[in-house]
Amino acid sequence: MTLRDASSLGSAGTITRLLVANRGEIARRVFATCRRLGIATVAVHSDADVGLPFVTDADTAVRLPGNTPAETYLRADLVLEAALRTGADAIHPGYGFLSENADFARAVIEAGLTWVGPAPESIEQMGSKIESKKLMEAAGVPVLGNLTPETATEADLPMLVKASAGGGGRGMRVVRRLAHLSGEVDKASAEAASAFGDGTVFVEPYVERGRHVEVQVVGHAGGALVLGERDCSVQRRHQKVVEEAPAPHLPAATRAALHEAARAAAVAIDYRGAGTVEFLYDAEVDRFFFLEMNTRLQVEHPVTELVHGVDLVELQLQVAEGRAVDVTETAPHGCAVEVRLYAEDPAADYQPQSGRLTRFEIPADVEFGPLTGAGARLDSGFVSGSEVSTHYDAMLAKLIIWAPTRDAALRRTVGALRQAELHGLRTNREQLLEILQHPDVVAGTMTTALLADEDDALVGAGKDLPDGPEAQARAFFAATVAATAEQTSRRRVQQRIPSGWRNVEAAPRTLALDVAGTQVQVGWVRTRGGFAMVDVYDEVAGVTAPDPTPIAGVVGGWRVVVQHDGVTFPHDVFVVGDRVDVETPTGHVAVRRVPRFVDPADQVAEGSLLAPMPGSVVGVRVEVGDQVVEGQTLVVMEAMKMQHTVAAPYAGTVTELPASEGQQVEAGAVLAVVTAPEATEGD
Amino acid sequence: MSANRTAMLEKLEELRAEQDKAVEAGGKYIARHKERGKLTARERIELLVDEDSAFLELMPLAGWGSDFAVGASLVTGIGVVEGVECMIVANDPTVKGGALNPWSVKKSFRAADIAAQNGLPTINLTESGGADLPTQKEIFIPGGRGFRDLTRSSARKIPTVSVVFGNSTAGGAYVPGMSDYVIMVKEQAKVFLAGPPLVKMATGEETDDESLGGAEMHSRISGSSDFLAVDEYDAIRLARRVVARLNWRKAGVIPGSPAATGDYAEPDFDPEDLLDLIPSDLKEPFDPREAILRIVDGVSTGSTTGHDNAVAFDEFKPLYGTALCVGWARLHGHPIGILANARGVLMSEEAQKAAQFIQLANQKDTPLLFLHNTTGYMVGKDYEQGGIIKHGAQMINAVSNSTVPHLTVIMGASYGAGNYGMNGRAYDPRFLFTWPSAKSSVMGPAQLAGVMEIVARQSAESKGQPFDAEGFKPIKEMVETQIEEQSLPYVLSGMVYDDGVIDPRDTRTVLGICLSVIANQPIQGEMNFGVFRL
Repeated sequence: MTLRDASSLGSAGTITRLLVANRGEIARRVFATCRRLGIATVAVHSDADVGLPFVTDADTAVRLPGNTPAETYLRADLVLEAALRTGADAIHPGYGFLSENADFARAVIEAGLTWVGPAPESIEQMGSKIESKKLMEAAGVPVLGNLTPETATEADLPMLVKASAGGGGRGMRVVRRLAHLSGEVDKASAEAASAFGDGTVFVEPYVERGRHVEVQVVGHAGGALVLGERDCSVQRRHQKVVEEAPAPHLPAATRAALHEAARAAAVAIDYRGAGTVEFLYDAEVDRFFFLEMNTRLQVEHPVTELVHGVDLVELQLQVAEGRAVDVTETAPHGCAVEVRLYAEDPAADYQPQSGRLTRFEIPADVEFGPLTGAGARLDSGFVSGSEVSTHYDAMLAKLIIWAPTRDAALRRTVGALRQAELHGLRTNREQLLEILQHPDVVAGTMTTALLADEDDALVGAGKDLPDGPEAQARAFFAATVAATAEQTSRRRVQQRIPSGWRNVEAAPRTLALDVAGTQVQVGWVRTRGGFAMVDVYDEVAGVTAPDPTPIAGVVGGWRVVVQHDGVTFPHDVFVVGDRVDVETPTGHVAVRRVPRFVDPADQVAEGSLLAPMPGSVVGVRVEVGDQVVEGQTLVVMEAMKMQHTVAAPYAGTVTELPASEGQQVEAGAVLAVVTAPEATEGD
Repeated sequence: MSANRTAMLEKLEELRAEQDKAVEAGGKYIARHKERGKLTARERIELLVDEDSAFLELMPLAGWGSDFAVGASLVTGIGVVEGVECMIVANDPTVKGGALNPWSVKKSFRAADIAAQNGLPTINLTESGGADLPTQKEIFIPGGRGFRDLTRSSARKIPTVSVVFGNSTAGGAYVPGMSDYVIMVKEQAKVFLAGPPLVKMATGEETDDESLGGAEMHSRISGSSDFLAVDEYDAIRLARRVVARLNWRKAGVIPGSPAATGDYAEPDFDPEDLLDLIPSDLKEPFDPREAILRIVDGVSTGSTTGHDNAVAFDEFKPLYGTALCVGWARLHGHPIGILANARGVLMSEEAQKAAQFIQLANQKDTPLLFLHNTTGYMVGKDYEQGGIIKHGAQMINAVSNSTVPHLTVIMGASYGAGNYGMNGRAYDPRFLFTWPSAKSSVMGPAQLAGVMEIVARQSAESKGQPFDAEGFKPIKEMVETQIEEQSLPYVLSGMVYDDGVIDPRDTRTVLGICLSVIANQPIQGEMNFGVFRL
């Protein structure tokens, strides 16, 4: 019996208990189908993930000690042991981690379990981008020509250096000047070696204005189903952000040719299970080129599910169990758009964010499943209160909208994103909103260069506050009213005596709010039955609110109906510790209560440089007493798999240096203190 | 808008204007004080109390009508600090450097009484140049009581905290000296018995402020200060930490009760209507039940604490002595008994009804609220023969010896012995507030002037002289005007005969705070009264 037979037939036929060797939303997605099919579920989880919903979604969960992927989700031996220990008879790898690891697939099959994925050979064949290109070229699928660093000329520019084993945009570098080529090859190779354990890279022509169009296939014993295509052109740094199905403005002949090329690709390797054949489509010349084939379920698979009315996970299970697939190829119905919500700050170089999602409520009609009409589906790995750790990908959730037309789907996506309540961490929501309303996206003509073309202007910056002093003042006032009501609700004495009541009015009560680093003082007084704002921004007056009402079932949630010159503005405010999140009529505002008092012992010295996020100190480049120039690197930190340099804000002397190499630091920890010359003398 | 409301709103405007005088008492010195980077007394209090806390300022108009600034260079009141109800007494350094005049002394004594009677921790925010020397003879001897009160409070396990922001010298040095916890602000506090000039005079020693009484010195050397604050904010932060660690428990709160859980309804009728209710002419009677239902808790059923309030006000003896309305209710969840004048005059039946009711309240340890609108006890032959004196005495006996907490609100008239029987200032209610419509004197101004005329006529007649009625008229008018003026609430408030003039609509909130404050100590009624002359 060949190994392929083992996979396609399954060891035990019907799957009864399935372990998902993955985390977050994709684990929940697979569990959802399993529940529908009556298959018991097993989760594996790292220590950091113990509180996430996928762990409790499963019938059984097995801890993988540690936090880093290498300690946990990449430990094939531990995952397999977990499956055997819990009596699982199948393993679904999700995407990422071990999903395209042929050795793992082989080990699963050898252990007598059903591997929900393609044969290890298929993974290997497609795992090398160099090899797969050759294979596809032989099968008649159009590919981009290969270049070699040695023979490349100016005419070949721009070029793209890619890691053969890569994915997710890592190990990929664009070269626009020939002189940079060898350097970029080296960098890409180093990045690939560290990320994938394989430093092999190759070079191909770079299509500047290409679209990313990919075709969903499901290989089975009788051939390959083609379930339409997806457009995933909106990418930031080669990572997909917005996807849709079907791809807009694709000539019918091109679409048919793409589908047949994908089918040919799958058939060429006798592919079994769900896979995606990715193409670069050059709309200007109406030509497409094979990029790679992903031998797993894609992140963006839901858009296909919604326009084709299929459950791709169910199809994967049918193939893995050796059953006939029970769907047929159909034309797409309507349009589906998916946006990926990330915990990241697009305006700050996409810096990943970690911490607690104090509130994470996204309006959706269903989770992980089919829609019955126009509406929203949410595939989320997180819920209100979840901790987002620094160890893994920063994707929080996928919001997928289906509507009969593309226009309607885009508008509904904008609407749903605006209604979402995302508190605690910065997200890319504002960027997504800008993207969804960008003329190219609305027109359906976007290319993979969209975000780069916008020169990083499309990052949702400056959307932290509502427009205009009046709307801002109302938001700050609502925050103040809710924070005060919350405090009053926790009183030990005089529980129901009105907040801030005075029989003799002198100075107003004040609350200081930190609004993105700027301090705003909100002055207020008690009125009969409510609150009145005084002196927030001199030009705004006449703002009042009756006593707020608690939002049912939400601890710290208050509805504040702000009255301003005869107009009513409802605000929903969420108070969690010092954090106050305000959902204004036009968007979200996050502020922090500034403590009234600071213990002088806690005050940091002027010129202190603070850790921008939790992480470890990997380099200390100076010593106490060193003279430093402005911009000089003092300390290097590593956090969220990225290095951050902490530089001198101005020239001066290093007077304190609490940071040491290898040290783990919290966000806000003092790393170094630089004292400017005049200050040194003055003191 | 009703005429009553218009009249009351006018009076409230006046009240606000009078209160502003107290707030602005420092005049140009307020700006000067702030320029030095210092906080005003009121700003210090705003920072000291919890951010959402109410602050019931007491006696804000003390000194009104005197030679001294309204407010008497002190700001005092009850606020919640770290969840603990505290008596806060702050010198106003913008008024004559915070110097204490006879009204300041009276005000501070009253604050100390309130703290002592209700078991409140006291926080002194000190910055005062000491006694107002021209009036020292009125201050010096009685003033010693302030220090006595502090240490007696401490002995009763009621902590005292002193935060010194500036001068606290000579006698003033004993404020921190007698306090349990002392915080001094660096480079501002100055605490010594005698300053450099006096020391030089006394002993010839040459020295300076800082070594005699600076915050650093007292914190590091003398030990008279427990905490050295780097600035005023830090001092207030430290004071809050001290209070947070007092481990304060309110002995008078019954766990699970509506007052403890906040499980009660707001009044069934809108307190706003109180402005329409009170006649601008006090000769017109009004039904106090209308006021009561706008002050006490409304009807609530389905209580989560098992304490339904099925009826807002249960009247007792409704058919007897109907000029006085008495009954039971709840206010911010606290059970109370209420005595309210329904028709101004008190007769034998009313007096006896009151005496019985006060005993009942004592029997069940329930605080009492007196709502004044009385012209006094009934006079006349029939009433004297009917024993109005002994019946009035029964009521005064009951009021005097009752030990449940009393609250008094003078809504309208409070004349003659009615003021006593209804628990006026002399009868030591825990708190006494007046509405702007209130008037208080030995009798009504017209009556008093009339009495004077009769007495003058009798005097003239006894001397066999003719009585010049026309000639007496201006005297009568002057007396009437004078009495009318003296009976106004600001005059009484200025003399610290009440704890403040309040907006009638705030009555529920004010009394709610008072009842909560009272609950810092257990409520213990008294069954042992003086001899009732039956």
